[in-house]
Amino acid sequence: MITVENLTKTFTQSNTSVAALDDVSLQVPDGSVCGVVGTSGAGKSTLARCIALLEKPDSGAIRVDGTDLVSLEGSKLRAARRRIGVVPQGDSLLRQRTAAGNVALPLESAKVPAAQRRSRVAELLDLVGLADKSSVYPDHLSGGQRQRVAVARALAAKPSVLLADEPTSALDPGTTDSVLTVLERARSELGVTVLVVTHDMAVVRRIADDVAVLEEGRVVEHGKVLDLVSEPGSRIGSTLLPETDQASTLQLDSGGHDVVAEVVLVGFAAVGALLPEASSRFGVELSILGGGLTRLGDTPVAKFRVGLSGERSESALKWMIERDAHVRRAPVSVDGVAA
Amino acid sequence: MSDVTPWSEVLELVRPATVETLYMVLMSTLVGVVGGLPLGVWLHMTSHVGLTPKPLVHRVLGAVVDVTRSIPFVVLLVVVGSLTRLLMGQAFGSSAAIVPLAIAAVPFFARLTSNALREVDSAIVEAAVTTGAGKFRIVWTVLLSEARAALVGAVGVTMLALIGYAAMAGAIAGGGLGATAILDGYNAYDDRVLYVSVVLLGILAWGMQLLTDWVTKLVDRRRAATNV
Ligand SMILES: Nc1ncnc2c1ncn2[C@@H]1O[C@H](COP(=O)(O)OP(=O)(O)OP(=O)(O)O)[C@@H](O)[C@H]1O
Ligand SMILES: [Mg+2]
Repeated sequence: MITVENLTKTFTQSNTSVAALDDVSLQVPDGSVCGVVGTSGAGKSTLARCIALLEKPDSGAIRVDGTDLVSLEGSKLRAARRRIGVVPQGDSLLRQRTAAGNVALPLESAKVPAAQRRSRVAELLDLVGLADKSSVYPDHLSGGQRQRVAVARALAAKPSVLLADEPTSALDPGTTDSVLTVLERARSELGVTVLVVTHDMAVVRRIADDVAVLEEGRVVEHGKVLDLVSEPGSRIGSTLLPETDQASTLQLDSGGHDVVAEVVLVGFAAVGALLPEASSRFGVELSILGGGLTRLGDTPVAKFRVGLSGERSESALKWMIERDAHVRRAPVSVDGVAA
Repeated sequence: MSDVTPWSEVLELVRPATVETLYMVLMSTLVGVVGGLPLGVWLHMTSHVGLTPKPLVHRVLGAVVDVTRSIPFVVLLVVVGSLTRLLMGQAFGSSAAIVPLAIAAVPFFARLTSNALREVDSAIVEAAVTTGAGKFRIVWTVLLSEARAALVGAVGVTMLALIGYAAMAGAIAGGGLGATAILDGYNAYDDRVLYVSVVLLGILAWGMQLLTDWVTKLVDRRRAATNV
């Protein structure tokens, strides 16, 4: 569990000061993956570096599994760092050490005996799918392989949390996938709590349970991805879900329907069956005017713009809401012009 | 004008001189590395890009290193002469020459070391910091290990500089190819001895550079730029 409370960090450089973090609070529950997104300069790396204990915040608390880490020093600080695995932004492998040698570094810091070290390194390289590259030097690995070695290194000393700063930037989609798979395995097989900084929404879509949006050093949105997508006005929702293409559908179709609504459906059951069942149960004609289907992690999620015609349209909508569909009535007037 | 010295006699002269030069250069390089490496690490660690910035310590250290380095070697030779007499009991011969050579080598190698360590990518150092590594481990397994190629190069540069200094020191204190070139060659109007000594000095320097390059290649695991 990572808890960040009221974290503030200001950088001062030649008389101008930048509030990189401005009263940031967030929580990442045990064994979950939290994505931190935001535009360049929003403070994502600063947040990750504070949690990695590389940067001292001006104020606020950082707790990993309960203990506040901000004020630690000396050997206590080093011990705390061992419980936090870090995949830094950019290349960070020792170029004069093999893949195995890099993964062994945290174990050396933790004074693990050589024999144990070797078997643990082999285990980790296996986990990231690089068992055959153990004696290869970083300059002879591909970017994606290097990044996976960095993840293996971060996991070597069995940390309870893993921080990854832009682990997939500058990688193509296929390679991105291999790195994300490794992060996901860290969570599912090792139970590690993961915080991943990214500007790539595909990363959030693939592996994040939770997401925090940073803007100018402030958290402007934070919660479970599956909750946020159904919240009206959520940036995460509007970025991750299919477009419903409001303007054109309004003009084309709203006139013919008694009710036009935007429906967000989460999960297999809802996505598969809710709309047809509502239609047949209430005898209403239901047409899909826009939107589509997507997948967030393992969960199918749909966002449709639907038009309902028939006497019991209202009841059908109410029934869907009772079954956890997120319904937002489109502002439509009878003559088909947006109110 | 003397007769031309026979080759066998030239050989008699330059053989021990070569050994003396090698002895002076290698011994003072050894002292230079043993003393300069920790000093260079300290210099780097206390700098503003180091792990433990200490501006005051850094400035004092830097001043000591650079002032020593900027003393012309000839001046150092003379000044250190009395100190040498104290340490070695004599101020002549190649053993005595090692003292001023070592005094020149230590700050020289320290500055080269600190420059080499500064080139290690801070992202790599930080990554090691996040593993909970202590300062000593970071110096050893990250800074020195990652800068190994530059450090071997620095040893080479130091050796080469010391060949020149040793010739100078030898000419004054006696001993080595420098002394042979000046005393037995130039002063004795013996061109053959002079040129042979100079050529041998050149070959020594060239050989040491080759050796340095070879060792560098051996220890460096980074990929070289290719041009096929
Ligand atoms: N060491 C520093 N000194 C001065 N200013 C800094 C420093 N580190 C970060 N900043 C400033 O703090 C702000 C946040 O930087 P940060 O690196 O956290 O952004 P980011 O969200 O990670 O951006 P990116 O997506 O480009 O990596 C920026 O305005 C940056 O200029
Ligand atoms: Mg960043």
